[in-house]
Amino acid sequence: MTSAPDLAIVGAGPAGLAAAIEGARLGLAVALYDEQPEPGGQIFRAAESVAAGKGAPLAAFGADYAEGPQLVARFRASPAAAGYMPRTTIWLLDRQRTLGHVQDGKARMLRPKRVLIATGAQERPVPLPGWTTPGVMTVGAAQGLMKSAGQVPEPPFALCGSGPLLYQFAAQLVAAGERRFTVLDTTPKGRWARALPFLPGALRDTDLLLKGLGLMQKVRMAGVPVLRHVRDVAVHGNGRVEHVTFRHGNHLGELPVQLLLLHQGVVPNVSLSLSVPLRHVWDAAQRCFRPALDAWGNSDVAGIAVAGDGGGIGGWQAATAQGELAALEAAHALGRIERAERDRQAAPIRARLKTALAARGLIDTLYAPPPLAALADATIVCRCEEVTAGQVRAAIAMGDTNPNAVKSRTRAGMGPCQGRMCGLTVSELVAHARGLPPDAAGTYRLRPPIKPLPVAVLADLDTSAVEEEEDAT
Amino acid sequence: MFRTLRPAAQAEAVTITYEGRPLSVPQGISIAAALLGAGEMVCKSMPTSGADRAPYCLMGACFDCQVLVDEQPTPVQACLTPVRPGLAVRRVPRPTPVPEGVAHD
Ligand SMILES: Cc1cc2nc3c(=O)[nH]c(=O)nc-3n(C[C@H](O)[C@H](O)[C@H](O)COP(=O)(O)OP(=O)(O)OC[C@H]3O[C@@H](n4cnc5c(N)ncnc54)[C@H](O)[C@@H]3O)c2cc1C
Repeated sequence: MTSAPDLAIVGAGPAGLAAAIEGARLGLAVALYDEQPEPGGQIFRAAESVAAGKGAPLAAFGADYAEGPQLVARFRASPAAAGYMPRTTIWLLDRQRTLGHVQDGKARMLRPKRVLIATGAQERPVPLPGWTTPGVMTVGAAQGLMKSAGQVPEPPFALCGSGPLLYQFAAQLVAAGERRFTVLDTTPKGRWARALPFLPGALRDTDLLLKGLGLMQKVRMAGVPVLRHVRDVAVHGNGRVEHVTFRHGNHLGELPVQLLLLHQGVVPNVSLSLSVPLRHVWDAAQRCFRPALDAWGNSDVAGIAVAGDGGGIGGWQAATAQGELAALEAAHALGRIERAERDRQAAPIRARLKTALAARGLIDTLYAPPPLAALADATIVCRCEEVTAGQVRAAIAMGDTNPNAVKSRTRAGMGPCQGRMCGLTVSELVAHARGLPPDAAGTYRLRPPIKPLPVAVLADLDTSAVEEEEDAT
Repeated sequence: MFRTLRPAAQAEAVTITYEGRPLSVPQGISIAAALLGAGEMVCKSMPTSGADRAPYCLMGACFDCQVLVDEQPTPVQACLTPVRPGLAVRRVPRPTPVPEGVAHD
């Protein structure tokens, strides 16, 4: 890029795509980066390829996914498409908006006028005994394989956990003709009673409610065994998964599987936003950290905004609305539209956002993650450094009062994933032990590069774009 | 472990190697998808315990699918790296060769 873009967007999911389309419509020079090979993000992964008949049949993925190819087509037709860089990882963003990207082993730095973080979500890592055994994967991983490579798991396998995505993927498998699997639903008893107060709000989005119930129905009707209120799941096997054990009612269950697919909902992917660092708050309802944002997605750092699941889980329709709002705000901040015009155009988008978020309280309460107090000492928490819950608890007992202290003592969070897998768990373990809310306990401090860069790439780093600008000022 | 739903819909095959063994895999998919589709799983051995690891999240977050490709000294994430003809994929042996200056706390 010769000149810095007006608006640089990190993540080509629904939020990033909508922001790019809207930004370009408002006359902004847009750059859009994503480390995936195709636009679409998590929900619309490989939407173009699937729509083109490569891989799994489009119909298997359901009505929501069918919106993907349309959104991507609108993006391809927009001037924003010229600034799209696939297979490009953003490894640096600082408070001065210095943005570092790496594509095909070539790293560059530039300083866009505005940055929108649209990095989406990741599945919530919930440790259980044996979850590092080869053959244990996430539901999202298997779903991604079906979207991007047209592959489905071979029996015997099971889906295990809680949340809408569990049944969504189960229904997608059934639609693709695979019913030889088991669903181990770990949603505890009594959740509907607790979620009832949120039902009236959720009724504003009856579509979503009916869709959820319909999926469950479809899976059961297909003859897929669904075991509900499953507890104490553990994975067994020497070098690879052989069977899974669990409690179901008063029974001890055992199931031979070669693949176990776990899911416990999704949480914001905050690696980049934490590394800036933007100010983050603890979301008690969703049990996760998210950046503190205003109604336009602005963070506490000038010129850096967040849209989509990366700012708090809201699903893809909320993500597109938030992306559009952030683009309007960027256009206003850069002097392209007046404040009144921004607000006028934002009004219908805000109405859409409200509907999209209507069922959130219900979903968050129904599918709240299991409490961490039940986590056994012997269970691995940090997958990279193989640090157990017991070791983390011991570090806390020895006086480590925050996740960074635990990290230096135990090495938890020091591996290549940089705490993506253990960060939330360690924050919650510290908070639980000290009787504090997790935001008082804090999070790991994250430093760039947020993904390991080969030394050769750093040595070749092209910083001319940032330096030129610094010379000019 | 994973089977291809509609083999006829797949792109042309390319040949890569995994631990020196040739694998015929569809063009355009990731190394991780290629390995899983071929019934191979192990990507690395852990520095601490020596235990084997296989792909877990397939979205670039967990780093359990790190593999070595061709003669490059630094591992890549198999889920984010597409296959190409002749690609030589190897497991990351224990202990992981972490080049100096790259590891961080
Ligand atoms: C594995 C998974 C599967 C899901 N599947 C579904 C589904 O089938 N249906 C559904 O309703 N919801 C699904 N969700 C929920 C989903 O997050 C939202 O519905 C929706 O995709 C959110 O849109 P978004 O634009 O906020 O983020 P996303 O769609 O998550 O897009 C974020 C994008 O940012 C990119 N990115 C992140 N960090 C970087 C970086 N540092 N550098 C470069 N690029 C980066 C990612 O590659 C990704 O493409 C899924 C979530 C996950 C985690």
